[in-house]
Amino acid sequence: MELNFNLLSGKTALITGASSGIGKETALTFARNGANLILISRNEEKLKKLSKDLEEFNVLVDYYVIDITNAELLKNLFSQLKKSKVIIDIVINNAGIMEDAVLQMVKTESIKRTFDTNVFALIDISKRASRLMIRNKKGSIINLSSIIGTNGSKGQSIYSASKAAVIGFTKSLSKELGPLNIRVNSIAPGFIMTGMTEGITDCVIQENLKSISMGRLGSTKDVANVILFLASDLSEYVTGQVIGVDGGMVI
Amino acid sequence: MNNKKLIEAFCNALEIDASIVKDDLQYQSIEQWDSISHMILIAEIEDVFDIEIDTDDVIDMSTVGKAKEILNKNGIEF
Repeated sequence: MELNFNLLSGKTALITGASSGIGKETALTFARNGANLILISRNEEKLKKLSKDLEEFNVLVDYYVIDITNAELLKNLFSQLKKSKVIIDIVINNAGIMEDAVLQMVKTESIKRTFDTNVFALIDISKRASRLMIRNKKGSIINLSSIIGTNGSKGQSIYSASKAAVIGFTKSLSKELGPLNIRVNSIAPGFIMTGMTEGITDCVIQENLKSISMGRLGSTKDVANVILFLASDLSEYVTGQVIGVDGGMVI
Repeated sequence: MNNKKLIEAFCNALEIDASIVKDDLQYQSIEQWDSISHMILIAEIEDVFDIEIDTDDVIDMSTVGKAKEILNKNGIEF
């Protein structure tokens, strides 16, 4: 379902991992609702295409080709935004990686890569963005966790640990920033059809469907619509929450 | 001029009177200067002086006097 109620008119949202999957759908949903966008991804080609697709919505769109694990590039980006007096109202920490393996087959580099992207970069961006939000005494930070972070999953201990870290960080930061009217929430998607899940076999999909009470896999729109709620003033008394978007999945 | 700007920044961020903004005023020595208002103070000083304060200096800014030292490092003279 496409939501188009101009819920974000005049606001500026920064989205990481914006060029595909949930990030891309969120960008489209936000633009449809009047938000100006700052899009971040490593994929220049996809960002360019997305930027073109967003033209029909008549919102301002800037994109930056950045690997968010590069702290220096992040620092420069936020310096630039500060110098340009850009007001960031919303941050969607969506970028993430998933490298599956049972623990005995996990290499140290994989643990570091996962935590660098899913946790440390998310923390860095939240820190820098909230510094800019403090000026306005208003903001919404939404961090993508996962049902794997809340429930665990065989072969995904590192991904699970990183997504559980996001939840702890979200809850604590929400308590720090609450007095400043900056809300921090997390979304825990279930089994969503994206590039991250497209390699999964039909057999695994069918097996997973058995544990989803709504009997279908989730779409990026399903997640983007909940992100829209948390970004908008509809949720202005909601902070420190982890909202599952999983069709009633039990794992 | 910069001294006046700094005092105003402290007053606006911490909602205190200019009369108590002296060099030896310390973080957490008054109710109004706690960890939350410290974040507001940092944002205010960055805005007023158009600088960026790194994390080490955020932690180090424990008095008004220290704030001046940190601003000195960023090319602001008193």
